[in-house]
This record gives sequence, structure tokens and C-alpha cells, in this order.
Amino acid sequence: MNTQSNTMPESFDSRVDVPPVISSTQPLYWSVRRELWENRWIYLVPLWLAAVFLFGFLISTFRLASRLQFAASAITSAQYHESIVAPYDGAAGLMMAAMILISVFYCADALHSERGDRSILFWKSLPVSDLTTVLAKACIPFVVLPVLAFAITIALYCIMLLLSSAAILASGLSVAAYWKQFSFFETPMLLLYHLLTAHTLWPAPVYCWLLLVSGWARRATFVWAALPIVAIAAIEKLMFHTSYFGMMVLHRLIGHVTTAAMSVPDTFPTNPMNHITPLRFLASPGLWIGLAVATAFLFAAVRLRRYHGPL
Amino acid sequence: MACIEARGLRKAFGATIALDGVDLRVEEGRILGLIGPNGAGKTTALNAILGLTPYQGELRVLGRDPWSERDQLMRDVCFIADVAVLPRWIRVSQALDYVAGVHPRFDRAKAEGFLKKTSIQQSSKVRELSKGMVAQLHLALVMAIDARLLVLDEPTLGLDILFRKQFYDSLLNDYFDRSRTIVVTTHQVEELQHVLTDLMFINHGRIVFACSMEAFESRYAEVTVRPEQIAAGRALRPMHERQVLGRSILLFDGVDRRKLATLGEVHTPSIADLFVALIGNPTDSVSRSEEYEKQGATR
Repeated sequence: MNTQSNTMPESFDSRVDVPPVISSTQPLYWSVRRELWENRWIYLVPLWLAAVFLFGFLISTFRLASRLQFAASAITSAQYHESIVAPYDGAAGLMMAAMILISVFYCADALHSERGDRSILFWKSLPVSDLTTVLAKACIPFVVLPVLAFAITIALYCIMLLLSSAAILASGLSVAAYWKQFSFFETPMLLLYHLLTAHTLWPAPVYCWLLLVSGWARRATFVWAALPIVAIAAIEKLMFHTSYFGMMVLHRLIGHVTTAAMSVPDTFPTNPMNHITPLRFLASPGLWIGLAVATAFLFAAVRLRRYHGPL
Repeated sequence: MACIEARGLRKAFGATIALDGVDLRVEEGRILGLIGPNGAGKTTALNAILGLTPYQGELRVLGRDPWSERDQLMRDVCFIADVAVLPRWIRVSQALDYVAGVHPRFDRAKAEGFLKKTSIQQSSKVRELSKGMVAQLHLALVMAIDARLLVLDEPTLGLDILFRKQFYDSLLNDYFDRSRTIVVTTHQVEELQHVLTDLMFINHGRIVFACSMEAFESRYAEVTVRPEQIAAGRALRPMHERQVLGRSILLFDGVDRRKLATLGEVHTPSIADLFVALIGNPTDSVSRSEEYEKQGATR
């Protein structure tokens, strides 16, 4: 990073001769790090939620053995399976909900706070382009949060499985029967697939729109972000008595991929892998239109940052 | 090659003209003071030089177009906009990490060396530091960057006199090495007088005065005229006259100092005095000069 200044004498000529040595990905990496320094809640909130969830689960394991005995005698094997995997689905659902909320709040503030506290003048005094900065901010909802949600969910699964197994062992029931309800390869794969399709690629235009508005609005980013959406939805309602636009935005936001990414929706996450339809997802125009719109918003945000100074 | 070269630099915000055809040339190795009243266009000119604002006209900084090549230009240019721009949430160690990560010419050991001389802890957050300490931190970061041009826009605003003195002392002793160029704007001109090599006054978006400090010292002279010599002094056509403690002080441009010595005590005027003489509105020059006198009396 600072090799030349360690080895070279401090004269003007040496400065000119030695080309700067910093790889092109370094500024992006450090810019993502700085987002995480500034917004520690991005990872603290999911960790805190996971801890609370785990505490609740721990209490529920005290009655796990009696519930299992009851379930095994009273209901069908499908219902038995449901009752066992329900808390695991709950854990995944919680992390996804957290990921959506964090992405929305982060994006709505991302390009606003540096203007508000005038630190944009400091960031712009360094050799980091506006494109790098905006891409680093976009990395939070598109890379950091999906990876984080995946890692925390898998960690939760492991701890929950160990806790349950310990409770079952203590009560003298069969751990094997319990473990048989899980597919240890497919569940993580399915989770990853769902996170990438429904919660990363599909809602991309919503996140990029919020990023753009955060770089434009002087205050009340959410109001400015919602205003055009509400306006279009209202006009649609008045003129055609329909509400497609509002539903479309909502579906984008909550990762409701209709039938593009999975043949049977709403059966996440323990259904077998053969329900996923990646090719159909990749072939759906909705995905590509969304990504094109997201890219346009992102480039508009880069341009805005170039022109905008502190508030 | 000039460090900064501008020709016909223009910038308007709506109907307000901030820069009205600025021509400017700053050679390498100079310390230029850009002085002007509020709203004269100083910050706009610096923003254009730093690639923070688009402009009309021709501008090259270190041979580059700042607006289209800001990120490359910032490898060779550093700036301190004012003391309040370091993000308040950042830790000192994180600031060092970040600049070391993105800046090819940053010498971390050097920055840490500067910080060791202060009472700043690496684990502190900027919000926990006093204003003076934030300025020290920013200066430590900037001085550890091997830049060719340093731009300072009111770098010491709101700092007490000890910090201000320290700031310019470190800048001169530890940073400036005759190959670097420094451009500075400030309202606290008197502290800069011995630091500068060149001087420029800007008013209403135009450069109204430019000279080197050597020329300034040989060309301008101020005389505290003895009461009986007042008429003789006025006959030499002073560019400005003011009253201090009942005595007249006359400012002359290009008059032989030996001739002036017969009138009274001759000394080099302060930049502020020349500024008032040149830019002070004729109608309110009296009140303005009184203002400066008060400041001068407390100095």
C-alpha cells in the first residue's frame, strides 16, 4: 500500500517515476468496509434477532420431547414433518424479513448521510471514483446482506439441530428419526437459491431506486421515494380501477417471484430441489426488465453523486 | 508546467455569477493565499480546481481536467475543506486503514508518527475529539500523502490561536518542501502573511490583485505619518488613509521608502490593510478600516 514511500527518498522526481501501486479492487473493498464501519447495525441487528430467536427456541426445546411423542402418535407423517421443520422455516423467514428491512433502511440513507454530515468532502478528497463509492454502497443489499442472511441462518440451523438433539437424547427418544426429517445438502442450497433469486435479483430495482432517491433528496428520503409510486398507483386506480403497479412494487420488495423461480411457491425452504426452476427464472422478462431498471437507477445515482456536494 | 492554469473560468448558480472569467496561473512550489470577502468566489474556484463542481472555461490542474478526472487527480492532490468534514463515526485507526487502502501515496507510518506527537488515541472516534484534534488528525492524514498540490479552504476556522499556529508551523516545517504547491483561503490572513509566497485577491468572481510576497514587500509601504507631515504625505498620493489612535496611517504603492522615511515610521503593511485599501468599498472604507483597526489593536 505504501511501499514506495518506504523505499524511495522524498524528492519530487521519485514521485513522478514511480507509478502508484494499488489494485483496482482495493478502493471497492475498503469502501465496503467503510460502509460496515459506519453502519454496524447491518450485521448487529440480524445477530441480535438470531440471539433472541435462539433464546425462544431454547425454551421451546424443554417441551420438545413431549411434543414429538404426541405428534408421532396423533398425526400423519407429513404433519409430523411440518411440526418439526416449522421453527427452521421460522428462522429462515425471520432472517429474510430482517434482510429486506435492513436493505430498505440502508439504501434510503446510503447516499444521504455523507452529504448531511459533510463528510462527502473528505471522501471526495481521496482517489476513489463516484462509481466505486456507489457500487460499494450497492454491495450491501446485493452481496453483504444475502451472504450474511445465509451464514446466520445456517448457523442458526446448526445450533437448533444440536439443541434439539440434546433435548431428544436426554428424553431417550430416537435422534435418528428426528434427523431424518432434514436434508443437509438440499436445504442450504435451496436457501441460497431463494436468497439470490427472491431477495437479491428480484427486488434489485427497489433497492436501486432507494439508493438513487437517497442521493437526490435533501430530506425525507422515504417520502420522496414513495411519492411517485403512490402517485402512479393512485392514477392507475382512478383511471382503470386496478392496482397492478402497487402490487408489482410490493411483490418486488418482499421477494414474491410469482412462479418464475419456483414451481410451487410458498413451500420454502425444506421442499426438495426439484421444485426450483432456475432456467425459467433466468428466462423471465420480469427479471431482466428489473435488472435493466436497477442498472439505470444505479448509474443515475453515480451521476448525481458527481454533481452533489454537502447539503 | 504550471500546477494550476485557468483561463476564462466561469461558474454561475442560477442568476448569481460566482466566477466571472477567472484567469489564474500557479507555478509549482508556491504557497498561494487566495483572499476575498464572503461570497467572492473563493470556495467555488477551489471546488472547480478540485473537480467538485462543473465549470465553463479552461482549467488544467497538474495537466488534468479536474471535472472529468477527479479520482485520478486526487492521487496527486489533497484538500482540507474545513475542519468539520471528517466523518464523526470513524475511528482514528479506521481512517488510517481506509486512506492506506485507497491511496497509493499514503505513508501510514508517517501519519502515525504525526499522531504520536498529539494526544489523539488511535481507538478514539472523531466525535470524541475536540475540534482542534480533528484538525490535527486531518492534517496528519494529509501530510502523510505524498501529494503535489494541497488545497486548504479555511483549514483553521473555529480553531484557537495555538492550534492555528501549530497547524501552519507543521505545514511549513514537516510538509512543504519547495516541490509541492499549496493553495490556501482564509479569513485569518495575518497569521498567513509570513507563510505565503504569493498573494491573490478575489472579489465578485474576479481576480482583482495578484503578486508575489517579495513584490508585495518591496512595492507597498505603510507610513505612520507625523501630524505636521500630513499634507506632504497626502501629496505623494497614498492609495489609502486610516486613523489609528489619532494618528494617520498612509498606504503607498511604489513610492521610494527613503522618501517615505522623512514622513514618519515606515513599515510593511499587513495583507489585511492592503485588502481593505484595494477591495474595501469607497463608501464604507472608513467603517471597514475602523473594524480592521480594532482587530489590529487587539493583535
